[in-house]
Amino acid sequence: MTGIDTRAAEGARSAQGIGQSAPRPDGVLKVTGEFAYSSDLWLDDMVWGATLRSPHPSALIRSIDVGPALAMPGVLAVLTHEDVPGDPFYGLERRHQPVLAVDRVRYQGEPVALVAADHPERARRAAAAIVVDYEVTEAVTDARRAAFDPACPRVHEEGNVLRHQPVRTGSVFEAPVVVSGEYEVGMQDQAFLGPESGLAVPAEDGGVDLYIATQWLHVDRDQIAPCLGLPAEKVRLTLAGVGGAFGAREDLSMQVHACMLALRTGRPVKIVYGREESFFGHVHRHPARMRYEHGATRDGRLVYVKAEILLDGGAYCSSSPAVVGNAASLGVGPYEVGNVAVDAYGVYTNNPPCGAMRGFGAVQACFAYESQMDLLAEACGLSPVEIRRRNAVSQGSHLITGQLIDAPAPLADMLTELESFPLPATTGTGSDLRDLPGGVSQTTRGEGVRRGVGYGVGIKNICFSEGFDDYSTARVRVEATPDGPHALVHTAAAEVGQGLVTVQAQIARTELAELGVEEVTLVPADTSVGSAGSSSASRQSYMTGGAVKTACEAVRERFRELAAGHPGLSPAELVERFGPLEETREYRHRPTRPMDPLTGQGDSHTQLALCVHRAVVDVDVELGLVKVVELAAVQDVGRVLNLLALEGQIHGGSAQGLGLALMEEVQVVDGRVRNPSFTDYLIPTILDMPPMRMSILENADPAAPYGLRGAGEPPTLSSTPAIAAAVRAATGRPLPRVPIRPQDIALP
Amino acid sequence: MEFLRPQTWAEALAAKAELPGAVPIQGGTDVMVEINFDVRRPPALLDLTRVAELARWSAEPDGRLRVGAGVPYARVISELADRLPGLAQAARTVGSPQIRNRGTVGGNLGAASPAGDSHPPLLACGAVIEVESAARGVRAVPAEEFYLGVKRNALEPDELIKAFVTPVAGGPQYFSKVGTRNAMVIAVCSFCVALHPAERRAGTGIGSAAPVPLRALAAEEFLAAELDWAGTAPLAPALLTRFGELVGAAAAPIDDVRGTAAYRRHALSVLARRTLTWAWNDHRKAAERCA
Repeated sequence: MTGIDTRAAEGARSAQGIGQSAPRPDGVLKVTGEFAYSSDLWLDDMVWGATLRSPHPSALIRSIDVGPALAMPGVLAVLTHEDVPGDPFYGLERRHQPVLAVDRVRYQGEPVALVAADHPERARRAAAAIVVDYEVTEAVTDARRAAFDPACPRVHEEGNVLRHQPVRTGSVFEAPVVVSGEYEVGMQDQAFLGPESGLAVPAEDGGVDLYIATQWLHVDRDQIAPCLGLPAEKVRLTLAGVGGAFGAREDLSMQVHACMLALRTGRPVKIVYGREESFFGHVHRHPARMRYEHGATRDGRLVYVKAEILLDGGAYCSSSPAVVGNAASLGVGPYEVGNVAVDAYGVYTNNPPCGAMRGFGAVQACFAYESQMDLLAEACGLSPVEIRRRNAVSQGSHLITGQLIDAPAPLADMLTELESFPLPATTGTGSDLRDLPGGVSQTTRGEGVRRGVGYGVGIKNICFSEGFDDYSTARVRVEATPDGPHALVHTAAAEVGQGLVTVQAQIARTELAELGVEEVTLVPADTSVGSAGSSSASRQSYMTGGAVKTACEAVRERFRELAAGHPGLSPAELVERFGPLEETREYRHRPTRPMDPLTGQGDSHTQLALCVHRAVVDVDVELGLVKVVELAAVQDVGRVLNLLALEGQIHGGSAQGLGLALMEEVQVVDGRVRNPSFTDYLIPTILDMPPMRMSILENADPAAPYGLRGAGEPPTLSSTPAIAAAVRAATGRPLPRVPIRPQDIALP
Repeated sequence: MEFLRPQTWAEALAAKAELPGAVPIQGGTDVMVEINFDVRRPPALLDLTRVAELARWSAEPDGRLRVGAGVPYARVISELADRLPGLAQAARTVGSPQIRNRGTVGGNLGAASPAGDSHPPLLACGAVIEVESAARGVRAVPAEEFYLGVKRNALEPDELIKAFVTPVAGGPQYFSKVGTRNAMVIAVCSFCVALHPAERRAGTGIGSAAPVPLRALAAEEFLAAELDWAGTAPLAPALLTRFGELVGAAAAPIDDVRGTAAYRRHALSVLARRTLTWAWNDHRKAAERCA
């Protein structure tokens, strides 16, 4: 088709294999503003879709009058739930989320009706002209009440607890030293820069082609097709330019809507959310309320941990059950402890739906258990590093689920290395304002500023867990060109900014070197090849990397057979004479097991990854403003595939954790979002994110391709508690909640 | 929505008289946000960027500075920091470099948001806002009479902001602003103090802690009575504390997404103490040099 830049990645210009900092093929385009994102998709005859959303967190719909919208000039279609061609519900884990609200709305921002018009502004105005008669009902907004008060209204018929996962092991719940605390994590947003957007094009076969920014093309298709009443093969998805994801594109947003409008109007339909709509158009990180009790010997060895972790899933299920599973199984962190009683709950409320975000359930628990480890250190008279080192897991340890850690996990050594990094110099008065809390806003010239240092440790599961059949597919084709053998790599894996396209090409160059392959072209990701699984759970280097490696090996195997039979021919001659050589392979990681529903026991995880952070902060204790002076991290990645991209992941993950520690929160009051904009939802700037000192370890995991360990999420876990601990050290305040607000420090 | 592009000030005034609902736009840093949020859909935008005289500043015969409404923050910082230090410091806290290249003090006045960063220094310095209409000509409105309510100012429907006129700093000035991030942040609260040694008084301005930017009048009176302008001693802690209390008491803050009322009052007291300390120390040093 014309008019769409499907953005075939350019062939790599230099022969750079794994371990090299190969440059991104899309890097220059992105920094010069020329990269085509999904919001840039364009066809000359396209029309624009807009969505009418519920203003209420909870209401019954008495009637919907689309007449005023239909009467407006330029309006081609106005659709409600009655127009959904197939299944009116979709969802990642439970198909219960209405494509368009049926008889009630369960959260503010829930889609109610759709408009297609010849201009985006006309579409928006027509959507606003639709008259919906609501009967407002009591909104359930308190997660604790939703979970434990039998008198609380039910958000769904199944009840408000969508998953309760206990973990039980051991029987000793007494110890000489006991510390306890209640902790809270606010609702973080993924805050990707490219809002939800895509273009649906009706096809001659009655199907639809959807160009879309997403994290997993096939699971999108598998949800979209039933709603459209179409067989899967008639719903073809191609990845459009993705402007960040971080979990927020795991759930559907405008996919079904755009396809419905395209099929109804017979025209290509583009939908682009604005920034405000985006805050209502995707799930957020689950806010959490957590109660922890740690018992230890006087010399600081853990005896037991009791924990209650309450995760507010909001109005629909999304991926909440898996988030609960992570929070439960990783609920005490990477520490050896023989007696555990953890209860993790995911609950329905009429708050915004929550689901996947980088760290996925492990982030919330990490803030609580690390806060507890600091309390324990103080109670035992030990340093924060020593308490962690004394209890650290290592290869051969067991998680609280009973799972053996069978790969290297040198946590104690990582902590020792982290502690050995030199500390940054103390900020003097009269120095550059940008180095002080408050920055150029000039709130202090040193008055009230105190330094604090804190440590954080996190453990994250890599790849999908709990028995999920997780795989990726790659098709590799080597063909002759005038410049020599050339490789085409085709997967459906979503490049969401993490650099997967670079790594796939590096793997192909490495594995196909003996075929003389230097040029690698990545075919645009689409559903004409098998599923690659999601760009989530830090899994794509492992899974799609593994699939590309396996497919390349299969091509290489055929090549070797040909070479053996024709010893006189060069690689180029072999490919020219017998090519193209094409192989498609699926790659699976080792199987995982479900968690026992009563005890949580089971080998539920594929791989485990560790990151440790030290934060150094300067806090203006009178105003409660914080300057993070330095973040230092040690992370074990098994094997470095691309150092530059990896360092970027660690910087970015650490920055996202900094945001959660100090500023990022979707403020929800009575079910309503109060700050749906980047004016008031603050993410760290370059003046908030400090320089990082990093040590990257390569203790290979023998079960993983190249020994690699997924790297995107772990730094997001540990930077938050490290910063919180540093602020506590500077202020002496308990600070049981993140983000830490200025008034929490200044007016406790 | 119409987009009007007058080439001269006279054309701009004529257009505003003809279409009083037209919203003037300079950098668009407030106007475009409101349009994007669908807060309002004005019948027309009146683009003032082609009116050259708005982008100029000059000295008045009486020594005051006359700064056109279209002078961007970046130029306030680079060209006027020595003469209007409080305003330049405030301008430095606005947005990002890109926004400071576009945004103007005139736009800040037009939007009249209580959180606008220019307002506290204009109040503390005793600035006068020059507004004009085709029908009635120029009117000078003192800053403290300019702000009428949340996002409401003293402009008549047919008037445009032409310039502000302000005395050149006769003493130290300091602006401070609290935000929950270290750059690109809207004020949780802000404060400016300007010492006027020749008049033996100090001016103040409070931002983002009341429906309008305002002066802390009781605090100013307290300083006028208590400061020993001839002396070079540091300020007594009790004086600083009292000044902070009076500034905090002058505010009428609310709880909102950016902060609580109690925090705003507290933070203003802290800012008041600190900025007065810095200003007085500068003043002492200057006095010692003269002595």
